[in-house]
Amino acid sequence: MPPGEPLLRPDWVVNNLDVIGERLAEHLGMTATAVGVGFVISFVLALLIRRRRALHATVVGAAGILYAIPSLALFAFLIPFSGISFVTAEIALVSYTLLILVRNILLGLDSVPSDVLEAADGMGYTSRQRLWRVELPIALPIIVAGLRIATVTTIGLVTVTSLIGQGGLGYLIVVAGINAFFPTAIYVGALLSVALAVAADALLLAVQRRLTPWSAARGETS
Amino acid sequence: MTTAAPDDRSTVAARGQPTDTPASTTGAVVELDHVTKRYGPPGTPPAVNELSLTIPAGEICVLVGPSGCGKTTTMKMINRLVEPTSGRLTIDGRDVMQLSPVDLRRQIGYVIQQVGLFPHMTVGDNTGVVPRLLRWPEARIRERVEELLDLVGLEAAAYRDRYPSELSGGERQRVGVARALAADPPVMLMDEPFGAVDPIRRDRLQNEFLRLQSRVRKTIVFVTHDVDEAIKMADRIAILQRGGILAQYDTPDAILSHPANEFVERFVGADRGLKRLSLARVRDLELIRPVLVRAGTDRTDARRELQASAIGFALLVDDGGRPLGWIRDTDVDEQGPIDPEQATPGASLIEPETTLRDALSTMLASSVQLGAVVDQNERVVGLISVDQISEVLQSGNLPGSTDATG
Repeated sequence: MPPGEPLLRPDWVVNNLDVIGERLAEHLGMTATAVGVGFVISFVLALLIRRRRALHATVVGAAGILYAIPSLALFAFLIPFSGISFVTAEIALVSYTLLILVRNILLGLDSVPSDVLEAADGMGYTSRQRLWRVELPIALPIIVAGLRIATVTTIGLVTVTSLIGQGGLGYLIVVAGINAFFPTAIYVGALLSVALAVAADALLLAVQRRLTPWSAARGETS
Repeated sequence: MTTAAPDDRSTVAARGQPTDTPASTTGAVVELDHVTKRYGPPGTPPAVNELSLTIPAGEICVLVGPSGCGKTTTMKMINRLVEPTSGRLTIDGRDVMQLSPVDLRRQIGYVIQQVGLFPHMTVGDNTGVVPRLLRWPEARIRERVEELLDLVGLEAAAYRDRYPSELSGGERQRVGVARALAADPPVMLMDEPFGAVDPIRRDRLQNEFLRLQSRVRKTIVFVTHDVDEAIKMADRIAILQRGGILAQYDTPDAILSHPANEFVERFVGADRGLKRLSLARVRDLELIRPVLVRAGTDRTDARRELQASAIGFALLVDDGGRPLGWIRDTDVDEQGPIDPEQATPGASLIEPETTLRDALSTMLASSVQLGAVVDQNERVVGLISVDQISEVLQSGNLPGSTDATG
């Protein structure tokens, strides 16, 4: 850090609001893409596991291995195939959501009481109607809990993708901050990233409460 | 059910029925013909073995037996939650295997012990589940839900928008019954429906359900392991023994008076004579004409009346005809008006609806072996005696037993 450089220069923040806003939007977009794609893949995987329990160990095991690979190593593996690109970054980010999401979707579906399932069958729900109208609504609080964890984790991880030229707020931290010995950018990037995580978490919780008024009636939060 | 309004509002007029009959489909005949269920490969012992039963329309058939007797399996074959291995099941002559399981189940009410209400749906939505699956118009569903909640004694305005977690166990059970009745099915299956509530509340729910059934007249297949519940609820009882073998299928009275074999005899218990008394009610007995003496009557007059009657007791009543106590002939030896203080208390009140079993224990608890039967205004309408009940026990014929469960 150059001597005399202050930790935070408000004038830089004010002058660069457009750049900061762009990076924030990029960060949000990368997170939403990763969690969205991750959720769709996890949902399909969870339904497959429900149909064939034998798949459970394989799928969860594979997701666990993906989760354990260090992100830097994963980039290194992927670059020969998809280059230094948005796709490479997203493949890594999506991989990290799978374990959490698959497990929580299964946990949610398994939380539906057996008497409720028996009643649903006895009333004459088809298996598809039972899934969409009974099982998923009841599983929703646990599924959303998984989405919240995945979202917060992904918001943190997006910053790392700045190493392969992406990164949203990570660009501010790494390129504008660390590489240029400019602490203001580091602070702005880090603070906004944390704020984004907290806001996204609160928003998802609010949406879940709105969708499941019955769980509040029972005095539960998530 | 106690506060239920007659459900003769909506559909009766459309069907052109007289307004005093319930506005619902009445029961269908359910027939099981040599039905077998084997969970393992051929050769393994069956859970239900060559079971044949005919359940008449509009009756409550209770399947009872020890655990492992296949009673729940038998019930679940009717709506194909369990598929029979062999044999034929029909509802009003239609083979259940010819309908898709889903269509079949939408035509059969289903109530289970843990109720299984959908926690994410309000009471109103829970009740309207089957009509919604059948794609009834929303307005008709709303109307039907209101009617049903009324029928089971839950005020629609207060309960419709509540969630199951906000209800008591008894209220949940009532919603469960309302949900099962929603699409007006001719047949209802009930798997230990009152098993999870405490004895006092169970007794009330049973009475309410019997009252409800006397209006809706569904064919009900009711599973329990409790003999007393079976005797109370059933028009017919099927007693199953281990391995799904039918030990006896008959009316409660016939099972109690003539158990088919030693298994049935042991299963219904040594006090089956006493249990039979809960099948008949005081109104089925011929009442003894009482000697009534109003408080303040002169003792000479009272003595004359007592001597003219065969019973050794007169009943002292107030001006409204309500019993105050018993008077013996020794109480009227002297002169002057009768003092109510003299009467022997314990003229316990027995109603025409009281079962003979309860009437007997009431009478045994008092020093006079007579019971005063009163109407709803507590006016004496006649007497019954312990001797009458022991005659019933000895004769083997229950008075009015065809109407015993009403």
